[in-house]
Amino acid sequence: MLSKKQARFFFLGGTAVTFLIFIGLTVFSLSKAQDQSHEENLTEAVVKGKHIWEKNNCMGCHTILGEGGYYAPELTKVIERRGEGYVKAVLMSPVPWAPHGRKMVAYKMSNEEAEDVIAFLNWISKIDLNGFDKIVSPLAKESK
Amino acid sequence: MKYKSQKVAYWFFALCMLLLVLQLTYGFIMAFAHAGMDGLHNWIPFNTAKAVHTNLLVVWLLSGFMGAAYYIIPEESQNELVSVKLAYVQLISLAVVGVVAIVGYHFNYWEGRKFLEIPRPLDYLVVVNVLLFMGLILLTLFKGKRKTTTALVLSMGLLFAALLYLPGMIDFDSQVLDSFFRWWVVHLWVEGVWELIMGGILSFLLIKLTGVDREVIEKWLYVIVGLTFLSGILGTGHHYYYIGVNKIWLIVGGIFSALEPLAFLAMALFAVNMYRKGEKKHPNKIALYWTIGSSIVSFIGAGLLGFAHTLPQTNIYTHGTLVTAMHGHLAFWGAYAMIVFAIISYALPNLTGRKFYDSARGRLAFWLANIGMIGMTVAFGVAGVAQVYMERKMKINFMEVQTEIEVHFWVLIIMATLFSTGITLFIVEFMKHGRPSDEALEIEA
Ligand code: HEM
Ligand code: HEM
Ligand SMILES: [Fe+2]
Repeated sequence: MLSKKQARFFFLGGTAVTFLIFIGLTVFSLSKAQDQSHEENLTEAVVKGKHIWEKNNCMGCHTILGEGGYYAPELTKVIERRGEGYVKAVLMSPVPWAPHGRKMVAYKMSNEEAEDVIAFLNWISKIDLNGFDKIVSPLAKESK
Repeated sequence: MKYKSQKVAYWFFALCMLLLVLQLTYGFIMAFAHAGMDGLHNWIPFNTAKAVHTNLLVVWLLSGFMGAAYYIIPEESQNELVSVKLAYVQLISLAVVGVVAIVGYHFNYWEGRKFLEIPRPLDYLVVVNVLLFMGLILLTLFKGKRKTTTALVLSMGLLFAALLYLPGMIDFDSQVLDSFFRWWVVHLWVEGVWELIMGGILSFLLIKLTGVDREVIEKWLYVIVGLTFLSGILGTGHHYYYIGVNKIWLIVGGIFSALEPLAFLAMALFAVNMYRKGEKKHPNKIALYWTIGSSIVSFIGAGLLGFAHTLPQTNIYTHGTLVTAMHGHLAFWGAYAMIVFAIISYALPNLTGRKFYDSARGRLAFWLANIGMIGMTVAFGVAGVAQVYMERKMKINFMEVQTEIEVHFWVLIIMATLFSTGITLFIVEFMKHGRPSDEALEIEA
């Protein structure tokens, strides 16, 4: 039968080996050559847009890259789906946007803020998501 | 209770109960909003409710883990806590930081990063608080007469949990990197180091409740936490499938996360077998219910329901839908909420001297809470599967689908009411125990 010492060895050994592999894979997949996000297109507007996104906790209702709340639509491909004009109208609206009765917070953004958020969403939409972008609906342009 | 300083634990448990009630209140707000009744929108929009609901959950669980440590470490190391005064300072500062964060969420003071909404300035206070806590626990342990495996695994879990908070504080310009390192906190907590905390508490409770030899229990504890890290570390890859990083994670994450249920299966088999084997049965039946219950429900919620959507072929459809919420509820409940309830049920009679070991109210609380939570899981699950089919297979518009599945949120509300009744009974039982007292010293533990 397994002894306590062997059990401890299993714990420490298994942890050390998988941890090292994990660090190795992290370094590999975050290296420049493996970039799937077009980091070179991370403009100042995109970064500002990300801050506005975080400051208002948009992720508390919406998902992006499939992460967030399940109360409001997935936004990874929203610009392709709705177009910039529509999204801008939602962000700048002085009253809660609620096309199907479910309300969004009225952020009353300035034109510039709305453009930054759109730059952020545009950057997001071009990330290579290993096929998720094609499955998640209504992401593709054809599904109104 | 054997050591006076163990009494600190009581107040951490009391804080748990308070924050839990608030957490559930915000859960109802969200459930009603999903069902079409969002009358509170102007004051508590959904994103506020969600941040409050999930953050309160994490804070009350941490408060429970800390209480557990303040109770277990003196007893295991046979040593009074090095400073009771500082432990109270730590308790109060934890409560203050938690409350400030929660209030801030109502005034747009947050960072919208799921589960890590606490703004960075407050993060530093969290760090100071946790450093103080770790200092007290580790000093007590190392000055103690003995260092048991149970105490070491519990402390190691707490220490790693503290260290893993740090990657979540780094600032990134890229959403992809932000998400990548956010999982170092969220995933490596619940599917890694928190399992050490759970395993440590479980092992302490089994030693006390079943009378099985410590050497046997602690040997299996090593096997369980070994399985946890062996699968859980590389299992992080199941969150990297579709966020914009290399495809290698589809293979690595798929294989290793599919092994994660083994650790939970081992935990369930371990608890049930030790119970069968035990000859010196402790009279505290309620604590036993929660202990064995936790090991079984965590296997269902985390193990089985986690496995249900962890392979990349499934996850591509379910990623970011109500299916995730279904799993999140039963997993957090079974593994972490129930183990905190178990240590509270065990510790309370010993802290207060009132031996409510097997009351009808205590049993009813256990059954109502669990049946209610399983009902909630089914409601989320049905809504989630329907959502996946309509939205992701049939490509129907998001809001049209939401209208179709509204009815399941009424089922959720009914089940949540059952659940909350169980929780209320548990809290009534908690209060009936009264305050901790020195007269409870040397009560048979
Ligand atoms: C007690 C342990 C666990 C807890 C508390 C837990 C909790 C959660 C929570 C809250 C989420 C949502 C995270 C977010 O979107 O930010 C999640 C996601 C997920 N969990 Fe777990 N989990 C546990 C164990 C497991 C296990 C053992 C597996 C696999 C066998 C698993 C598989 C998954 C998967 C695949 C997702 C991603 C869902 C998606 O793509 O939307 N979980 N878990
Ligand atoms: C009165 C009982 C409860 C109700 C009505 C409730 C309801 C909800 C609702 C509606 C959501 C939001 C889903 C969305 O984003 O659309 C949610 C999220 C969540 N709740 Fe609860 N909840 C309750 C109790 C609990 C308990 C006891 C736990 C933990 C043990 C818990 C853990 C969570 C977690 C982890 C999430 C985030 C899930 C995710 O985003 O993947 N809830 N809850
Ligand atoms: Fe995970």
